[in-house]
Amino acid sequence: MSIMELNGGSCVAMVGKNCVAIACDLRLGNQALTVATNFSKVFPVTPSTLVGLPGLATDTMTVWEKLRFRTNMYEMKENRKISPQTLAHLVSSTLYEKRFGPYFVEPVIAGLDNSGVPFIASTDLIGCINFAKDFVVSGTASEKLFGMAESLWEPDLAPEELFETISQTLLNAVDRDAFSGWGAIVWVVEMDGSEGKVTKRWLRGRMD
Amino acid sequence: MEVSFGITGKDYVIFASDTSSVRSIVRMKSDEDKQKEIGKHLVMAYSGEPGDTVQFAEYVERNMRLYAIRNHIALRPSSAASWTRAELAKSIRSRNPYSVNLLLGGWDPTSNTPHLYWLDYLGTMATVPFAAHGYGAYFSLSTMDRYHNPEGTLEEGLDLLRKCINELETRFIVNLGKFKVRVADKDGVRVVEL
Repeated sequence: MSIMELNGGSCVAMVGKNCVAIACDLRLGNQALTVATNFSKVFPVTPSTLVGLPGLATDTMTVWEKLRFRTNMYEMKENRKISPQTLAHLVSSTLYEKRFGPYFVEPVIAGLDNSGVPFIASTDLIGCINFAKDFVVSGTASEKLFGMAESLWEPDLAPEELFETISQTLLNAVDRDAFSGWGAIVWVVEMDGSEGKVTKRWLRGRMD
Repeated sequence: MEVSFGITGKDYVIFASDTSSVRSIVRMKSDEDKQKEIGKHLVMAYSGEPGDTVQFAEYVERNMRLYAIRNHIALRPSSAASWTRAELAKSIRSRNPYSVNLLLGGWDPTSNTPHLYWLDYLGTMATVPFAAHGYGAYFSLSTMDRYHNPEGTLEEGLDLLRKCINELETRFIVNLGKFKVRVADKDGVRVVEL
């Protein structure tokens, strides 16, 4: 039993035309026992960036608390919101600091920078960044997510189409994974003028 | 072998813990109180490594009291749970971690809502309408899934608890004896007889 599979949970993020989407399941388990069905692994960092932290649940919360502190300090010092590229590097350094006693999370990052250009990235548990152009996946259902995303994703999807694509990717992947599921949430980020607009939707999925 | 339950309702939270103190094949005590009142409206039910449990529970209780003394106001359930979670998360990566699982919760007078949190020794925290720790969870969570009413009265909550304890008495090999039951609501914390 791997430590990354103790609590279960998965995340996926995708790039669309001037938009990004990120989604996660809601299960929190203790091996085979489901403990909660409202445990979201995705957290908003700025009005136009979010980070997903699937893995060991205690580290999900600890890493989120550290990131929240660091991004708040960044905003206070620089007097501007952190860009998604910089956030990815911040996540990477936060994780690498614990290189020989790591946090057991494998984050995915999604956001739009100031000019509305979409950005996604993922890292491993010690902070190696993957700058993908299409989609990133993480969690206990990552292999299934790779399969679904590879088949369903295409470039330049509009926000509504991207929502459908990422939803089907997540739902069908977690249905094949015993440790993920019990509901899902999808966030779609697009530019509304110069502000980020985030639409959050709960998905109706198999509750088993 | 230790079991604890937590059930929320319209305006209360029920905590139930078994009362057996066991070492190997011997039951040393059958009136052990495995809960602590950590605030006027806050209860914490603990289970896990003997020794670690009481040490950690008293540590939490005293720090809650210290906060209230310093700041002239008690911590709300969500804040108390967050602090406790952070202590457990610090502990797990220390030289000698506390091996304690908790059900923490109570009545929040600022928002007039009941809260219940499931915490484990790693520092995992989940906000739940009902919960259980130990082997008892495998037997009773399904019963709670079926019969729990989030807007239920105290009587309904206690009935659900009786169903769960009954399930254990029928199907669990270990006889756990009596349960210590506390209710946290707007009037504070009190012990109830099932």
